[in-house]
Amino acid sequence: MKKLINAPDDVLADALAGVAAAHPSLTVHLDERFITRAGGPTPGKVGLVSGGGSGHEPLHGGYVGYGMLDAACPGEVFTSPVPDQIHAATTAVDAGAGVLHIVKNYTGDVLNFQMAAELADDDGVRVESVVVNDDVAVEDSTWTAGRRGTGATVFVEKIAGAAAERGADLATVAALAREVNERSRSFGVALTPCTLPAAGKPGFELADDEMELGVGIHGEPGRSRAKLAPAKEIATTALEAIHADMPLSGDVLVMVNGMGGTPLIELYVVYKAVAEWLSGHGVTIARNLVGNYITSLEMAGCSITVCRLTPELTELWDAPVETPGLRWGR
Amino acid sequence: MSVLDTETFHRWIVETARLVEANADRLTSLDAAIGDADHGINLRRGFQAAVTALAEKPAATPGAVLATVGRALISKTGGASGPLYGTGFRHASKSLGEAAEVSELQLGAALAAAVAGIRQLGAAAEGDKTMVDAWTPAVAAYQSTVDGGGALAEATRAAADAAEGGLRSTVELQARKGRASYLGPRSVGHEDPGAASTVLLLRALATVTAET
Repeated sequence: MKKLINAPDDVLADALAGVAAAHPSLTVHLDERFITRAGGPTPGKVGLVSGGGSGHEPLHGGYVGYGMLDAACPGEVFTSPVPDQIHAATTAVDAGAGVLHIVKNYTGDVLNFQMAAELADDDGVRVESVVVNDDVAVEDSTWTAGRRGTGATVFVEKIAGAAAERGADLATVAALAREVNERSRSFGVALTPCTLPAAGKPGFELADDEMELGVGIHGEPGRSRAKLAPAKEIATTALEAIHADMPLSGDVLVMVNGMGGTPLIELYVVYKAVAEWLSGHGVTIARNLVGNYITSLEMAGCSITVCRLTPELTELWDAPVETPGLRWGR
Repeated sequence: MSVLDTETFHRWIVETARLVEANADRLTSLDAAIGDADHGINLRRGFQAAVTALAEKPAATPGAVLATVGRALISKTGGASGPLYGTGFRHASKSLGEAAEVSELQLGAALAAAVAGIRQLGAAAEGDKTMVDAWTPAVAAYQSTVDGGGALAEATRAAADAAEGGLRSTVELQARKGRASYLGPRSVGHEDPGAASTVLLLRALATVTAET
């Protein structure tokens, strides 16, 4: 294992201290393990709290700031945060209008956020939860834990964040978050596995000429293994899987997201293929993101996320945002 | 009839922490095959926290020991295993109440309460390839040993053996809960990491009650 770390057990604490030093716009609560906006809660505004295992940076801490999250709760690498830290973050950002929990659909995240919501409820804080489950690679059935939350989380945090910033109430912000999730689908591909600092070796093995299709964001194996194919074919596989699940039409928001170990030039190669496929199917890319927005440590590969926009969602996407990971219009 | 005191429950947790520590790499490897390679790492952190919590604030009753352990596991473990094991211990604690000593019948009721809490929180049933596949036969074996007039030490050993049988049964199963379920048919052929850690917990119980 080769990593820029001091010691495997110190990675999260060291990284959080680094975030604190790099971003004066954030307050990093080092002991309680959560990140908030430096200014404290905005009076009367619905608070947005998300969190999950670390290793997906800039998600979630990098999306704390104006127009997006109020707090993020980083767990250990690829491990969900614990109820105490989520509870502390929830209480810290409640400005009287209630708090929305944005939770990626993994058993651990769902259970820990659920326990935190109960603790906050005991304190009289109103909490609504939205579970993001956009990954079409997982069969959505009673035979699985349900679809994973992946790329759509970035869209949900941005759009719900914009609505909250405009003064929408908790029910409205939660409904918008659910709408974004329902209109979004993702598919991921890995070219290499990744290594947890504490484990010291990769979560799975891939031969030089192999790729893992339908991969998640935790270094776990995906749905199937195949011979490495040209970027164009990979993009087609991903978009066909998405289109089969949710027919695409009209205006869409597209994200070609790097998993952490893929250079931007390759993401643009994928984006070209995505743009051609969508235009060939009569779909208009109204907005896009190309870059590393929800990563899986140093995994090579990418995910493609598509959201079917409405005029309201487009307007909220365009609203000003100022966070370490996403900023425009302000 | 044998009874277990607070000290025995304390030793159960210390022994569990020791077994988890000794098997942490194996648990993580099992998790790497069908999950996200952190089960041993997380559970080691959780049980270390439980041992520390008991050392800092000694519990007065068996139920209090389990309540402290449940809280520590929920606070420090993370992942799904923290809330699941933590809830199991808390339900067992409530079942024991304020009793200063625990009979084999009370221990059986506490184990059953733990499994009920775990099943409810995880919404998992037998055959889903989870820790429930180790817990369920273990509790049944414990109960039938006690019902048949067996001693407490016999019953805890039967529970640990049955949990091991349950663990072996998970190899052939396709996961329907938790992260392994994402693999579909590819989850077959591997032991479930949660069932494996359940075996350690029940083996530790058998060890500390062997002399009773």
